[in-house]
Amino acid sequence: MLLIHCPYCDETLPELEFAYAGEAHIDRPEDPSAMTDEEWRDFLFIRNNKRGTHFERWRHINGCARFFNAVRDTVSDKFLTTYKAGTPRPSDAELEELGK
Amino acid sequence: MTHFSALSLLSNALTGHKNWREQWPDAQPKKAYDVIVIGAGGHGLGAAYYLAKEFGITNVAVIEKGWLGGGNTGRNTTIIRSNYLYDESARLFDHAVDLWEGLSQELNYNVMFSQRGVMMLAHNVHDVQSFKRHIHANRLNGVDNRWLTPEEAKAFCPPLNIESNARYPVMGAALQQRAGTARHDAVAWGYARAASALGVDIIQNCPVLAIRRGTDGAVEGVETTKGFIKAGKIAVSAAGNTSVVMETADVRLPLESYPLQALVSEPVKPVLPCVVMSNTVHAYISQSDKGELVIGSGTDQYTSYSQRGGLPLIEHTVAAICEVFPMFRRMRMLRKWGGIVDVTPDRSAILGKTPVKGLYVNCGWGTGGFKATPGAAHTLAHTVAHDEPHPINAPFTLERFQTGRLIDEAAAAAVAH
Ligand SMILES: Cc1cc2nc3c(=O)[nH]c(=O)nc-3n(C[C@H](O)[C@H](O)[C@H](O)COP(=O)(O)OP(=O)(O)OC[C@H]3O[C@@H](n4cnc5c(N)ncnc54)[C@H](O)[C@@H]3O)c2cc1C
Ligand SMILES: [Zn+2]
Repeated sequence: MLLIHCPYCDETLPELEFAYAGEAHIDRPEDPSAMTDEEWRDFLFIRNNKRGTHFERWRHINGCARFFNAVRDTVSDKFLTTYKAGTPRPSDAELEELGK
Repeated sequence: MTHFSALSLLSNALTGHKNWREQWPDAQPKKAYDVIVIGAGGHGLGAAYYLAKEFGITNVAVIEKGWLGGGNTGRNTTIIRSNYLYDESARLFDHAVDLWEGLSQELNYNVMFSQRGVMMLAHNVHDVQSFKRHIHANRLNGVDNRWLTPEEAKAFCPPLNIESNARYPVMGAALQQRAGTARHDAVAWGYARAASALGVDIIQNCPVLAIRRGTDGAVEGVETTKGFIKAGKIAVSAAGNTSVVMETADVRLPLESYPLQALVSEPVKPVLPCVVMSNTVHAYISQSDKGELVIGSGTDQYTSYSQRGGLPLIEHTVAAICEVFPMFRRMRMLRKWGGIVDVTPDRSAILGKTPVKGLYVNCGWGTGGFKATPGAAHTLAHTVAHDEPHPINAPFTLERFQTGRLIDEAAAAAVAH
């Protein structure tokens, strides 16, 4: 079972308390009616599906119920870090440090 | 290729089974091929077989990073059915069932296709309505499916619990009698042996590192751990790893890769005569010819390439099975494992051409592509040979995610299949 750190509750808890919520840092369109079909496809459907370091959203559904971001290695399933929604994604250098 | 028959079995029995030969040679790559298929699962091996058999293209290599059939083909729970809601899916999966029916003869290899029936249980009013809708839609498409009362379901599958005091009482079931199971490994081996006999090279332990494209954008070949191999056409059939392979050709796909797990019990005498699926309690079960109960459910919730998956899902699955079959509570489980399945937003496959010249893709089969193996392989071979879609796979384009012409089996089933 994965153990996941909620950055709001500041507690590391079993996966059962959390719901996965897909790839993170996908910006909502600012001007939806100006978007082409191609841009809609990319926004709605195309995903990185990274083998390796993956930025993703989780929700502490059976706790504080808030959404937050996480960085996880999709080969080992190990979490590198979790951080509050709205904060910038960690840089490559920071992630390398965390991976050690 | 030695022809297998009752006679060859008998004569080998007389010599103590010491004289069986290898069934196909372990090929090393040539410098160039007309077609390279990436991924030696049932789909990729099957496509190579049909390319050689039906379209006369024999200068073909299937390149596999591990051992053939070691991906989802060898990890799945082998349920075969075609009672999908939409016309496009019904045609594709029913084409596959048609091919399944003759596959052992065609390949001279016993794939143990067993039409024992797949029964889907309805536990609430919504299930009853939606299954009846499926049955009517299926029958309009000429796809076998019929409604059973709880008593009829119990008569068909005696261990079923139809007590009205169950947490999720059985209110009826949809039965596809033509559906069933097959021996997964034998499908990979049978296609490998038959393709190899027609001149196809099957190259194992050879990961494709990148697809190389020329200045005109068309494919040139693949970089592998055994060096560069030239190819006029490339078909990618790499299941959970398709995004990774296709990214090297600059094609980004609407795919997410999730672990899907399964488990088997200790073997017991025949007790479960058919496949039983329940969307509401969310699990399915069958009994293999060896006697093991074969159990599965949905994917883990997070994307992953770990081929493992977590224990909570297994607990949930086993709890669901015990609910529907109280008599299985004391069965001991032997093994559990995971495979990585490539899931599309509408839960339908992507099968056809790509924006890159000479590059074809067969992916997005997610949790339910074993049943499609012969149909997907056959129509993929057609598409590669003619550089045109086959009428059956034509709707399963990559463009549908741009045009919005989805084939929304996700909404139709709302569950793993
Ligand atoms: C636990 C589980 C249960 C399932 N149950 C069912 C079921 O009951 N019914 C059903 O219809 N479907 C089921 N499925 C889904 C089904 O297994 C798949 O849809 C189907 O087998 C896919 O076949 P394939 O040949 O496309 O993929 P695979 O058999 O996975 O073949 C793809 C191959 O590509 C290779 N590959 C990947 N990357 C590279 C690379 N870079 N270079 C070279 N080779 C590469 C892989 O090693 C692999 O062997 C299940 C899946 C799982 C995991
Ligand atoms: Zn929290």
